[in-house]
Amino acid sequence: MPEMLSLSNDPILFIAVMLTKILSVFIVVVLIVAYATYAERKIIGRMQTRLGPTMTGPLGLLQPIADGLKLFFKEDIIPSQASKVAFVLAPMMILVPAFITVGVIPFGGDIVIRGYTVPLQIADLNVGILYIIAMAGLGVYGIVLAGWSSNNKYSLIGGVRAAAQVISYELAAGLSIVAVFMLAETLSLRGIVEAQSGSILNWYVFSQPLAFCLFFITSIAEINRTPFDLPEAETELVSGFCTEYSSMKYALFFMAEYANMVVIAALISTLFLGGPAGPFPGVINILIKVFGFMFIFIWMRATFPRVRYDQLMFMGWKVFLPLALLNIVITGVVIIL
Amino acid sequence: MEILQQLFFYVVALVAVISGLLVVTCRNPVNSAISLVMTFFCLAMFYVTLHAPFMAAIQIMVYAGAIMVLIVFVIMLLNLGSAVAVRYRHAVTGAVVASGLMLFQVLIMLKKGSVSVVRGPIDAAHVEAVGHTELIGQSLFTDFLLPFEIASILLLVAIVGAVVLAKREV
Repeated sequence: MPEMLSLSNDPILFIAVMLTKILSVFIVVVLIVAYATYAERKIIGRMQTRLGPTMTGPLGLLQPIADGLKLFFKEDIIPSQASKVAFVLAPMMILVPAFITVGVIPFGGDIVIRGYTVPLQIADLNVGILYIIAMAGLGVYGIVLAGWSSNNKYSLIGGVRAAAQVISYELAAGLSIVAVFMLAETLSLRGIVEAQSGSILNWYVFSQPLAFCLFFITSIAEINRTPFDLPEAETELVSGFCTEYSSMKYALFFMAEYANMVVIAALISTLFLGGPAGPFPGVINILIKVFGFMFIFIWMRATFPRVRYDQLMFMGWKVFLPLALLNIVITGVVIIL
Repeated sequence: MEILQQLFFYVVALVAVISGLLVVTCRNPVNSAISLVMTFFCLAMFYVTLHAPFMAAIQIMVYAGAIMVLIVFVIMLLNLGSAVAVRYRHAVTGAVVASGLMLFQVLIMLKKGSVSVVRGPIDAAHVEAVGHTELIGQSLFTDFLLPFEIASILLLVAIVGAVVLAKREV
C-alpha cells in the first residue's frame, strides 16, 4: 500500500484533493436534500392514491427548483417583537451541524492518486463517533432558539418540546452505539467499516440487532421526524418552532430536516450495514443504502400517527434507555466470554 | 506548516476572546449563552491542536451539547428578558479583581516554564501512535481507578438528590 497523502508530502495535491472531496460531498448532499422533498411528495402521494407533483417539468421533476426559487423571492419577515440575533442565527445553527456531520462518513474504499493513497472520506477522526454525537447535540440549539426568539407561544412550546425530546433521546442513541464500538474496538468510522469488511455476516446489524433497532428509532426521534414530530405538530402548534419564519429562513429549516435524514441514513449504513461494502463500487453501495433508509423514513411518515407526549417521554426514559444499557451489558459479557 | 498552525491559533484565540467578551457584555442572556457556546467551541479547537481530540469531543458534547442546552432551557422558561445588569457594581468589581489575579498567576506559571513544556513519556508522537482515547481509557481504568469510581459515586448521589428534590412526597 503506498503512502497516505498528507499535507506534508504533497501540499498542493492534498489541498486540491481535499477541496474536491468537500465540494463533491456537499453538492451530492444538497442534491439529495432537494430531491428528497420531491421523493417524499411523490411517494406519500402514491401511498395515498394521489399523483404528487406533476406539472413542473417532466413528471414534476423541476418541482424542488421551483419551490426553492419561490421561497427565495418571498418577503423575509422578522417579527417586531422577536429577538433579532437569535432569530436570524437559529436556521443556520440547525443547518450547519447537519452538514458538517457528513464530513466523517466514509463513502468508498481507498484510491491511489499519483502514487499516494487517498481515502474516500473527508476526515478520518480518531473520535469520529463522539464527533457525530456532539454535533447531533448541537442541532437542538437551532430549534430551541427559533422557538424562543420568535416570541410566540406556539413556537416556544415547540422549542421546549424539542429540547426535552432531543436531550432524552440522544442519551439512548449514544448508548446504543456504545455496543458497536465495543465490538469494533475503535471510535473511528473508517475502523468500524474495516471491522465489518469481509462477508455480509460481519455487518453489525446481525451481531447487534437490538442496537440497530434502538439507534434507528431514537435517531428518528432526535431529528424530529414522524412519528416523533411533536415540536412541529401542526394540529396543536400551528407549525411549532418555525411558525414565525418565512422565505429562505423557512426553507433552511426544511433543508436541515432533510439533511438530517441523509446524515442519519448514512450513519446507520456506516455503523450497522458495512458502509461502502457491497457488490458495486463503494459510492454506489452507500447511496443505495442511504436511499433505502430515506424511503423507509418517508414510508413511516405516511403510515404512523404521531405519538403522544407522555408516551414519547415514557418510551425514551423507561424503554429505550434501559434496553440500551442492557445491550451494553450483554455485549460486554459476550466479549469477555 | 508552523506558520499555518500559528495563524490558526491566533484566529481561534481572537474568536475565543471576542465571544468571551460578548458573554459578559450582551444585554440579552440568551445571546450571552450563544457566545458561551462559541467560546466552548474555540476551546475544543485548542484541544484538537494540542493533540487531544477526545477532550475536544467531550468538551463539545458535555459543555456545549448538554450543560448549555439546559442553561438556555432555564433562561427560556424563566423568561429573563434583558437582564438588569448595572445594579451589581460590587460583583463586577470583584470579578475584575479576581480575573486580574488569575491572569497574573497564569503569566507567572508560564514564565517559570513548568507547565509549558512536555514532561513524562507521553508526547505528541506517542499520542498519535497509540490514540488519545485509548491512552485516556487506559489510565482511567488502571492508575486512576479509585478516583474514577469515587466520581461515579458522587454523580450517583447527585442523581438521587435531584430525584428527591423533584419528587416532594417520598
